[in-house]
Amino acid sequence: MLNDSKVKELKKFAIKIRMEAMKAIGHLGVGHVGGTLSVADVLAVLYGEVMKIDPKNPRWRERDWLVMSKGHAGPALYAALALKGFFPMENLLTLNRPGTTLPSHCDRNKTPGVDMTTGSLGQGASTAAGVALGNRMSKIDSYTYLILGDGECDEGQVWEMALFAAHRKLSNLIAFVDYNKQQLDGYTKDICELGDLGKKFEEFGWFTQSIDGHDVVAIYEAISKAKAQKEKPSMIILNTIKGKGVKAYEGSLKNHNCNVSKEELESILAEFEDQLKALEEC
Amino acid sequence: MSVIIAKENVPENVEMRNAYCATLIELAEKNENIVALDADLMGAMGMKPFAARFPERTINCGVQEANMYGVAAGLSATGKIPYAHTFATFCTRRACDQIFVSCAYAKLNVRIIGSDPGITASLNGGTHMPFEDLGIMRGIPTMTVIEPTDSVVLKDIVKQVADKYGMFYIRLVRKNAVKVYEEGSTFEIGKAIQLRDGKDVTIIAAGLCVAEAIKAADMLKEKGISVRVLDMFTIKPLDKEAVIRCAMETGAIVTAENHNVINGLGSAVAEVIGENYPVPMERIGSQDEFGEVGPVDYLKERYKMTAKDIAEKVEKVLERKRR
Repeated sequence: MLNDSKVKELKKFAIKIRMEAMKAIGHLGVGHVGGTLSVADVLAVLYGEVMKIDPKNPRWRERDWLVMSKGHAGPALYAALALKGFFPMENLLTLNRPGTTLPSHCDRNKTPGVDMTTGSLGQGASTAAGVALGNRMSKIDSYTYLILGDGECDEGQVWEMALFAAHRKLSNLIAFVDYNKQQLDGYTKDICELGDLGKKFEEFGWFTQSIDGHDVVAIYEAISKAKAQKEKPSMIILNTIKGKGVKAYEGSLKNHNCNVSKEELESILAEFEDQLKALEEC
Repeated sequence: MSVIIAKENVPENVEMRNAYCATLIELAEKNENIVALDADLMGAMGMKPFAARFPERTINCGVQEANMYGVAAGLSATGKIPYAHTFATFCTRRACDQIFVSCAYAKLNVRIIGSDPGITASLNGGTHMPFEDLGIMRGIPTMTVIEPTDSVVLKDIVKQVADKYGMFYIRLVRKNAVKVYEEGSTFEIGKAIQLRDGKDVTIIAAGLCVAEAIKAADMLKEKGISVRVLDMFTIKPLDKEAVIRCAMETGAIVTAENHNVINGLGSAVAEVIGENYPVPMERIGSQDEFGEVGPVDYLKERYKMTAKDIAEKVEKVLERKRR
C-alpha cells in the first residue's frame, strides 16, 4: 500500500514528467505529444516507486528493465530518467537535435537508463520477452516491464510474443498497453478495431487487469497483484487519454505528432503549474 | 589461419547440420551462455541432440521468426549468446526488420543461422529458395556475412563467432557439402583462401560453387588456361586486398555463387574492382530469377552453376580480356 505522501509524490512526479517532456518537445517545436503524455503516470509509478534501478549504474546486472516498445514516447521516458538523475536535466533540451543522446525513438546505446532500442512497432514486445527469459535463465531476480501502444497491437509480432511469453510462463514480464484509443490516423476503432484487448490477452494465457491508466494508486496495486502470481506473464491495460494533462490535446485527433509553438508551450506549462498547485493544496 | 586443401573433392561423410549441432554442443559444454533458438525447424536442422543435452538452453519459438529474432536480441542483452536458426528465406526476408533494428541497430550480439541457401532449398521450391539473403544481410551495417564451404569451415567459424561480439549471418547447406578442406584447418573471417594458383583469370567463388570452380579450373587447365580459384567464404567484410590483387595479377574475374548475381558475392566483387582496378568480369549465379522445385543437380544446371557453366564464363571473360 502506498501512503498519502507517496501517492502525492507520484502524482507530482507524473506532472513533472509531462512538464519536462513538453519543455523538450516545445523547445524543438515538434514531437509525439499525445502518446508521450498518456504514459506519464505509469512511468511515474515505475520509476518513482516500483523499479529496482541505480541511476549511477544504469546497466546494473540485478536491475529491473523497462522496454518502451512504443518508442515514440521517448520524451516521456527521458523526462523520467532525467528527473531520477540518470543524466543532467539540461540534456532534455537537446531532444532530436543533431548529435543528441535523446533521439525521438528510444536507443539503448545513446541514453543512460534506456534498456532497449525501439521504434519499429511490435519489436519491443519480443526483445522484452527475451530479456525476461534471459534473466530468468541466469536466475536474476528481476522484472521486465514492457509498454506497448494500442495502435502497436495491430502488429502481428505482439501476438507472436503473447503466445511465446505465455507458453514460457514468463511471470517476470509485466506488460502494459497504453490504451488511449487513438493511433496516428485516428481512433483505433476506426482504423483497425482491437476488440476486447484484455480478453484477448487473457485468452492468450496472460494474467490480465484493466485499470484507469492515470490513477497512480490503481497502477501500483495492479503491479503488486501482477507480481503476486508466478505462473503467467502479466498484462495491465491502462485506460488512458491521448494527450492527457493538456486541454487542447485531450480529445483532439491531431495530437499524435504535432507542432508546438512558443505560445502554446507557455500555456501548456501554465496548465501543469496549475495542476501542481492544485495537488499541493489538496 | 592454417589451411590444408583436400586432394579430392568428394561429398563429405558428415552432414553440415550434424557438424553444426555437434559444434554447438561442444561450445555449450564450455560456455553456459550459449543458447540455441529455432522456429520449428530443430528437427530439420538436426538439433535434437542439442535439445536433449541442454533442454533449458533450447528455445524453440514455434513458427514465429519475427518474435524469435527479437527474443534473441533480448537474450543477448542479458549476456546470452544466441544462435538462432531458421531457413535462410525466413530469417532474412521475413524477419529482416527485427534483425535490422532489434539486433543490429541496437548493437546486440546474435548469430543468425540461415539454412538451405539458394538451390539447396530443392524440393521446397521457389517460396523457400533464397537467392537474395546475402544481399539483404550485406546491406545491414556491422553484419558479418559468411557462407561456410564445407563442414571444416563451418565448425571453425561457429566456434570463432562464439567469442566475438556483434552480428553474424551464417548461411549453410544442411546436408553434405563437397569436401574442400581437411580436418584441422582453421580460417580467418574476412580472408579469402586461394585453392588454385593461376595467371590468366581468377574465379572467386562461395558455397557450393567453390567445388564447381575447382572442377572448372581443372577442366580449363587441360585447355591450357591457367585459372586461379579463391574461396570467398566471407562475403562481408569482403577480402578487398585479395580481390584487387587477383584483378591486377590475372586481369579477369569470374564470380560464382548460389545466389542472385545482384547484391551477393558478384556485386560485392564488382564494387571493389570498379572502385580500384577495373578488369573484365562475369558473374555466375541466378540471373535475377526466382527459384523453382527440383533436385539440386537439376537446379545447378537450370541456374547455370555447374563447372561447365563456370568454364564457359571463364572463356567468355578471357575473350573480353584479349580485346
